[in-house]
Amino acid sequence: MKTKRENALVFWLFLAPVLVAFALVIVVPFALGIYYSFTNWSSSARADSVVRFIGLENYAKSFADPAFLHSFIVTVGYTAMNVVFINAVAFGLAMLVTSKIKLRKFYRVGFFLPNLIGGLILGYIWQFLFNNALPSLGNVIPFLSGLADPDAYMLSKSGTALVALVIVGTWQYAGYIMMIYIAAIENVPVELHEAAMIDGASPLQRLRAITLPMVAQAFTVTMFLTLVQSFKQFDVNVSLTSGGPSTLFQGRPILGTELLALNIYNTAFLSNKLSEGQARAVVFFVVLAVISLIQVAVNKKKELEL
Amino acid sequence: MSGLKLGGVKLGRAALEAAALALFILFMAPLLLVLVNSAKTAFEVTQYPLAMPEEWGNIGRNMAMIWTSQNIRYPASLLSSFIITAVSLVLLNLLSSQAAWALVRTKTKTSSAIFFTFVAAMVIPFQIVMFPLLSWLRAVTLATGLPLLRTYQGMVLAYVGFGASLSIFMFHGFIKSIPLELEEAATIDGCRRHEIFYRIIFPILTPIHATVLVLNGIWIWNDYLLPLLVLGKGNAIQTIPLAVSNFAGAFVKQWDLILTAILMAMIPVIVFFLLAQKYIIRGMVAGSIK
Repeated sequence: MKTKRENALVFWLFLAPVLVAFALVIVVPFALGIYYSFTNWSSSARADSVVRFIGLENYAKSFADPAFLHSFIVTVGYTAMNVVFINAVAFGLAMLVTSKIKLRKFYRVGFFLPNLIGGLILGYIWQFLFNNALPSLGNVIPFLSGLADPDAYMLSKSGTALVALVIVGTWQYAGYIMMIYIAAIENVPVELHEAAMIDGASPLQRLRAITLPMVAQAFTVTMFLTLVQSFKQFDVNVSLTSGGPSTLFQGRPILGTELLALNIYNTAFLSNKLSEGQARAVVFFVVLAVISLIQVAVNKKKELEL
Repeated sequence: MSGLKLGGVKLGRAALEAAALALFILFMAPLLLVLVNSAKTAFEVTQYPLAMPEEWGNIGRNMAMIWTSQNIRYPASLLSSFIITAVSLVLLNLLSSQAAWALVRTKTKTSSAIFFTFVAAMVIPFQIVMFPLLSWLRAVTLATGLPLLRTYQGMVLAYVGFGASLSIFMFHGFIKSIPLELEEAATIDGCRRHEIFYRIIFPILTPIHATVLVLNGIWIWNDYLLPLLVLGKGNAIQTIPLAVSNFAGAFVKQWDLILTAILMAMIPVIVFFLLAQKYIIRGMVAGSIK
């Protein structure tokens, strides 16, 4: 009986610190956040002042705002391109550095390196590349002279600026995803490849019949990882384009590459519409939660098949 | 026939080698350009961003400028980043591992419910909690007298709270695989409940500690939005990403100095990576698959 009470005591004492921190920074703000999204909560309000319930007004206003709609579209486009590019590049790199080339270990480390530098800093580096280094390349190399034309600067138009975000996203993330593919590829038994080679299978046939099915599980992981990561992108967005350049959408001037996370931030802090920003954050959360539920369902299905 | 085939393989290999080298150069070029342009004057950077610097010695001058600049306050920022990251990591590893052990070894409904809550919270994006977090922490400060906004303790509290879910999840998975017999034997030998964790379990956790350290370390060191909100702009305490962003905002287009600041922000990360790359890569891959 005494040990039982001691065990219960240790249980709560061991959990107490993380529970307190978790409650303070996640549970309470999360509950408050959902509540505030239905109120007229504003930045001048302190936590103890009166906030009034206004129903779905913040949500209605958000969906009536072209900037939010555009931001949604841009984020979906960015995410789709990012997922495809990152995974294609990462898989290609993984194939390359698991072949028998020299210096493959060295290359792996190099491809992985950008991932360790924060997105904010990467964005500044690439701002310099797109605005200074690439145009200069156009001045030096005659057949690239188009690059030197100020109209061709990638960050000057919202369409190409979005592609620029994808380029940086790929550069930042491909090496990390590559490492996951490498782990999967190296798990494929060598005997499978040897047997196929004896049977006269070409490298391409082996890729299709052995490597791809064997790394299918990794694909599920990397797809969702890149999907969620891209959907939440904020840091690179801030430092590379700050959401710009401006463009017209539904007859209103808006920021052309403002991804959702940045739109939420700007709605609250630039436009001073805190509760509306909060409502957008709730929408953002719901989309991410749905993605996660799909992921869990897919993984369950995959496990059953195995 | 066989000779021909051999030739084909060799040619294929050479093409692969060339492709790998080209891609490697392409991937490293942005970082190399940061280094090269950190050794230039403002005029050189804008006129010849791709050329080698005229005088490599300029890199020392630029770095000294960043080191002493009041806009970036580099030494103080480096120290603040280091304090926040180190203290958060130590606490996260200690507190999450003991919590995970308590959750694994206590089989009650409460225990499962708490674990499920931590796991479910991994879906919560920072965006949905960030606005209420500020007003709420302000209210907590008013009620307790402990300042949380713009302070180290507030920053560390936030990282322990936000990092707990993933850390507990990682430790939980590892501890489940430790045989219970080990702990039963210790109990028979007269080990108290809490001693079992600190003396027997904690030392076994080394590999998973390394993974959790790496995952959280990279996140905390590079994090921008959370410190921006909790510490605020123009605070005496600022992290390296905040400092770089302040600096880039104040010295728009002065790429010689901005790139030097970036170079100096990257140096600690790259040095650390080269020293511990095996653990970092292993930790990041393990963290993704879980």
